[in-house]
Amino acid sequence: MPLVKHGKLVTDAFVTVADDETLPDAPALVSAERLLKEADALFARNQPVGVIWPNSKDVLDLAPFVDRLAVVALVFPKFRDGRAYTQARLLRERLGYKGELRAIGNVLRDQFLLMVRCGFDALDVAKEADAQAVEKELKTYSVFYQPTGDGRPTPLRARLAAARSV
Amino acid sequence: MYVYDEFDRTFLQERVDEFRDQVRRRLSGELNEEEFKPLRLMNGVYLQLHAYMLRIAIPYGTLSADQMRALAHVARRYDRNYGHFTTRQNIQFNWIKLEELPDAMADLARAGLHGLQTSGNCIRNTTTDPWAAATPEEIEDPRLYAEIIRQWSTLHPEFTYLPRKFKIAITAAKHDRAAIRVHDIGLRLHQRDGETGFEVIVGGGLGRTPFVGKTIREFLPRHHLLSYLEAVLRTYNAGGRRDNIYKARIKIQVHEIGTEEFTRRVEEEWAQIKDGALTLDDAAIDAIRAHFKEPDFEALTDEPEVLVAAKADSAFARWFGNSVAPHKVPGHAIVTISLKPVGGPPGDATAEQMDAIADLADRFAYGEIRVAHEQNLTLPHVRQKDLPELWRALDKLGLATPNVGLISDIIACPGLDYCSLANARSIPLAQDLTKRFADHERAADIGRVHLNISGCINACGHHHVGHIGILGVEKKDEEFYQITLGGKANHKARLGELIGPAVPESEVVDVVERILDAYVELRQSPSETFIAAVQRLGIEPFKERAYAAR
Repeated sequence: MPLVKHGKLVTDAFVTVADDETLPDAPALVSAERLLKEADALFARNQPVGVIWPNSKDVLDLAPFVDRLAVVALVFPKFRDGRAYTQARLLRERLGYKGELRAIGNVLRDQFLLMVRCGFDALDVAKEADAQAVEKELKTYSVFYQPTGDGRPTPLRARLAAARSV
Repeated sequence: MYVYDEFDRTFLQERVDEFRDQVRRRLSGELNEEEFKPLRLMNGVYLQLHAYMLRIAIPYGTLSADQMRALAHVARRYDRNYGHFTTRQNIQFNWIKLEELPDAMADLARAGLHGLQTSGNCIRNTTTDPWAAATPEEIEDPRLYAEIIRQWSTLHPEFTYLPRKFKIAITAAKHDRAAIRVHDIGLRLHQRDGETGFEVIVGGGLGRTPFVGKTIREFLPRHHLLSYLEAVLRTYNAGGRRDNIYKARIKIQVHEIGTEEFTRRVEEEWAQIKDGALTLDDAAIDAIRAHFKEPDFEALTDEPEVLVAAKADSAFARWFGNSVAPHKVPGHAIVTISLKPVGGPPGDATAEQMDAIADLADRFAYGEIRVAHEQNLTLPHVRQKDLPELWRALDKLGLATPNVGLISDIIACPGLDYCSLANARSIPLAQDLTKRFADHERAADIGRVHLNISGCINACGHHHVGHIGILGVEKKDEEFYQITLGGKANHKARLGELIGPAVPESEVVDVVERILDAYVELRQSPSETFIAAVQRLGIEPFKERAYAAR
């Protein structure tokens, strides 16, 4: 499925590897179980490592790996299952994860902006047509009511800042 | 009331544009119904039995006269000339065409109204006391905090796809008129050592598994309101059940893991974020307060002559007795407008009535109107000297039924006449009951009774917390009704107790009448209310009488 990163269509360099498969000589996306079991071996390779982290698993368990992971893929099994939004914010804002944060699964255009505001920078888009609409979708709103890790000012704060600068 | 600024107006316009595009994609087939459903729901658009229904948010139940006129316009232009005020302090229209919805939304947005978050698995419109900023009982205007919550929760990127809908209610008065203990989160503003803060109650709710909420924090300093709410929502979003929609509410999570464990998780999360970007300082709270334009109250005195004289008229006196409440400013009063005429569907108002109420609000009430969860309207700031004239005007409009708080002031969901979930009708039953108890003398003698009707187990009519609760159920393709007694939604909230087998529709009114006759006989004195008598006696004596004639 088309991968959009920072609003642009990109080629996915990562290969998703099943648990019983040998690791290829390429950037690899592995399961959470495999990461936890084989972390040392995985990071000893000379290739970037990414993990697919299910939305039922505590994302804070990734704490020991955040500096070494190149990709964390969080899962939207249905777009209506919003657990990965919370995981994304915790990963970015609590654990300070700086690598690629990818939304995978049923990733649809009406959710793109919410995902980006929670810290996703890569969207594995479910529908081809939606991938073309990413740039437009991210501009749906120019104003935001609540602070998140994306650092956009809220009206309340903007107003207060304006009042202070007078 | 709160005055929207450029920011809010920009946001609403962008929301309308987004919805217009979503409707376009649905009509062109780019979106299938499954994909469109959550998007339309988040804009308040349901697909009901006969048509699309639009539910419009009325933040914390506060409307300006002009906003009421915008609602009248939508009723007239896009619907069948009436709207239905609901227990969520909202209004809904039942007959709007999908193709016309974006235009209706655009018209509403011009008046600062929208359908945002009136449905869907997101944080819904925050509700509060319809007497806010008018009642002398409260310690502070709770709408300040409801507005702070509105801003924080509006299109919250993390909490727009929750396990289920999420409802927050807030009160600042001793008498809870917002039913905070039967909400996902209830907030009670109170003071401790001179500081203002909140009691935080979590996990209340009605529906098929009703619970009274549990207090997870006795006192939360007001500056931490949002970070604490975010911690609760995060705990729920990450850990709430999603395997079964009937078990996906936060009340089930609290029940299953226990209040103690739930509280521990929230406190642990909160400790991590409590001093972050969500902290409200005094400047932030004052900035919100400054956006609430308060009426420029006239300097008046209580009990003006014209009012005293009017009370000699028994019809006025009767209405005054149950529709008018004391106000914090001398010479003023709070007026409840009954939307429960004898024989009418509870909560309905025609476009003409809405326009007329808007005009009356401008003339007599500083242009402000509230929607109460009992499906009535409130004029929060009326000059006492204008009460007789207001009453005459309301009477002409059919809006002066003197039954507020009495047996015919019924809460009822739309039921099987409109709702695709319902098992039984609610409105005809409410209409029959108002006819049976149309005699005002008798209703006044029976005194304060809350009778709530739901057409199905989802409990939109709040039957669990009615002094008398009526729940429609289906048995062999026939409509039957279960009856509960002793429920309350106030600060001493409790759930009603089932008195016995369900009865067919034809018998419900008689059963209710026998229960009330039993009360009149058994009460210690006329000052013992129905609910007090039920609590003192238990349900047995009522149960016996209810089924006696069968």
